[in-house]
Amino acid sequence: MMVADLYALVGVVLFVMGLSALILRSRDLQRILGLNIMGTGVFMLLVTSAHGDGQAADPVPHAMVLTGIVVAVSATAFALALSLARERHK
Amino acid sequence: MTLWWSTLCVAAPLLASVLLFLRPKRTAGIALVAVTLVLIGALGLAVVLHDSGPQFIAIGGWGAPLGIGWRIDGLTVTMLLMAGIVGWPVTIYALDYFGGAAGGRHFWPLWMLLLTALCALFLSNDLFNWYVTLELLGLSAVALVTLSGKQAALDAAQRYLYTGLVGSLFYLLGVALIYNAYGVLDLAVLREVTEPTLAVWVALGLMAVGLLVKSALFPLHFWLPAAHGSAPAPVSAILSALVVKGAFYILLRLWFDLVPAALPGAVSVILGALGAGAIIWGSLQAIRATRLKMLVAYSTVAQLGYLALFFPLSGAGEWGNAALTGVVYFMVAHACAKGAMFLAAGNLQRAAGHDNLVSLAPTAQALPVSMFAFAIAGVSIMGLPPSGGFIAKWSLLSAAIGSGGWIWVVVMIAGGLLSAGYIFRVLSLSFSESGAEPKPELAPVAKSSEWASLLLASIALLLGLNALPVLDLLSIGLPRIG
Amino acid sequence: MPKLIKRCLPVLVGAGAVALGALIAAAWVRTQENGGAMTRAVLEALPDSGVSNPVTAVLLNFRGFDTLLEVAVLMLTLIAVWALDLRLPRTEALPPSPVFSSLLRFSGPLLVVIAGYLLWVGASEPGGAFQAGAVLAGGCLLLRLAGRWNPGARFVRWAVSVGLLVFLLTAIAMPGLTGGLLQYPPASAGMWILLIETAATVSIAAILAALFVAREPEGPRR
Repeated sequence: MMVADLYALVGVVLFVMGLSALILRSRDLQRILGLNIMGTGVFMLLVTSAHGDGQAADPVPHAMVLTGIVVAVSATAFALALSLARERHK
Repeated sequence: MTLWWSTLCVAAPLLASVLLFLRPKRTAGIALVAVTLVLIGALGLAVVLHDSGPQFIAIGGWGAPLGIGWRIDGLTVTMLLMAGIVGWPVTIYALDYFGGAAGGRHFWPLWMLLLTALCALFLSNDLFNWYVTLELLGLSAVALVTLSGKQAALDAAQRYLYTGLVGSLFYLLGVALIYNAYGVLDLAVLREVTEPTLAVWVALGLMAVGLLVKSALFPLHFWLPAAHGSAPAPVSAILSALVVKGAFYILLRLWFDLVPAALPGAVSVILGALGAGAIIWGSLQAIRATRLKMLVAYSTVAQLGYLALFFPLSGAGEWGNAALTGVVYFMVAHACAKGAMFLAAGNLQRAAGHDNLVSLAPTAQALPVSMFAFAIAGVSIMGLPPSGGFIAKWSLLSAAIGSGGWIWVVVMIAGGLLSAGYIFRVLSLSFSESGAEPKPELAPVAKSSEWASLLLASIALLLGLNALPVLDLLSIGLPRIG
Repeated sequence: MPKLIKRCLPVLVGAGAVALGALIAAAWVRTQENGGAMTRAVLEALPDSGVSNPVTAVLLNFRGFDTLLEVAVLMLTLIAVWALDLRLPRTEALPPSPVFSSLLRFSGPLLVVIAGYLLWVGASEPGGAFQAGAVLAGGCLLLRLAGRWNPGARFVRWAVSVGLLVFLLTAIAMPGLTGGLLQYPPASAGMWILLIETAATVSIAAILAALFVAREPEGPRR
């Protein structure tokens, strides 16, 4: 029980850390990293929610995280390309 | 039959996106067929609904809680019809707009993926499936904004992308909290089990913030004007008419099925106050705008404020149903009118090569059909009879009056007057003397583009003349309030 | 005045972040864990899903519609990146070196075997299309860096979209067999899932490699 709470806490800290970075930082790469850290926080919480007392882990959050990771990879690739496109335009 | 009609709405645009991607040179007819099929699917669902009431579809045959479910009621089908009805003229318009441009080969698959996401979103009734559709919708919308290739559009697209992703993550965090507590994602099941605990309140708060960012409710609208104002014209129409409604639709569903009855009244009043802020602030910005498309974009900020007025009115006892009818009708009427406005504005911009309001008068006088479309759409935006906007505002107003919410009545009337302010600014272009200045060289605008804007504007008007069938459809399976 | 705001902003954002984090954490920790009904439902339906790895069963069967849209997100991303028209310089082939070419000779076939294994094992153990596709994409990039492979536009477009196409066609063909969208017949579910995953592996590999190159392949000369 304690361990699961610790995981959840780390997830929440990652989420707000990423959010702060997104607001405070001005460089594209830092903000994209901030978004990814936020996402990792949410994924961590989802994985924590798979924890069940003494029984098998719930596979549905695992599947949600896998889907979420693919979406995050896609969004990151697009964000990086967009940042590059803006650089080239200047 | 339900299965076939609903599958058609999602599969037709998705298959079209693949085909358009595979054959970038042989394009657009496929897109028109796909949009038509979406419209046919939505009409088919309307008939099924009329004959046998609300429907549920268990994708994969598993059913809740294991599988993903589609829920088809009046609200779903009204939204699908909205997507099809707006999508059709926009597609016609884009055929010419993107015909020669290099961006065209990217526009078509992206637009089809956006339409797929929208239809899947309207059909779905599952918290996580909504997350995936929101991402598909948001990413395709951002990609469409970049198509003009201009610096301003790229900057706006980046802001739109980051804001949209933050919104999605807030939403997903809320979903994680709900799943942790109940182990269910299907809304129909959650409806039965959720209780007013801290986790549910925080989850709903996070999801609401994420969705309000995506539906650009003041003061979270900051990303919208630049993105909608700098995108290519058909894209602006799609974004303003349809994309922002997607997030708001989910919010409506959550409001009915997930928000516990113990919600403090202050919350809905705050949401209403934000809506009032949007109406006033957005209208003032529209009145001050120097570019036509920015004017129309700020008008969207203002009009989205009316959607938020639903929340304080929904608690108004027997008048709650009038408020719900009003807000859904508002979404549809606004989609048609605002889509028409952006298409008409795009015609002016293409002809003149710019959209600075000060020097647009000769262009406006050379394009009477587009200006007429703008005027008709303006009637609906102002909420004058006989238009869809009038019916919507009338329902909202009667809910406000009936429940004694006089402050909302004042806001709505003020909003109507302010919208007249910016719409007549545009219409006056048609009548102002262009003086002895030499006539500027105008680029040709396709007849089909002019008529597409007029067609969409006429639908906005028709929604006012013939409201009963839509209202009947909408009422099927609609949650009863009060 | 703006200077003051600028100096205060980190403090304000930090305070806001701590408050938001505390609220979420409190809500999370005070929640009773759900009773695991979903876990039991998954394990109960697992024998009919066609695979024995519960996560794969959720991804490809129980919640297959999510995954269908996820594959669409991947294709969308590539179109979006192509539309940006980055005009990156062509990735030059590395100068031929004995080390690199023997690495390629050794690792190329190995990567294909590993990808095939990951795809196959996904039915019963951790693995599956995305993992296999990622490995395969690495192989494609090695070949490209070696200047050994420059696939044509038509091939790239088919490879990118075959995953979505097969998935979608399977989904809409199922009502003819079972009467339900994306509902596989239990007896042959494993085969359908393998078919979808194989096509998805090809597309995921192609999309990841194409995202790295970030340049739309030119069509045949007009």
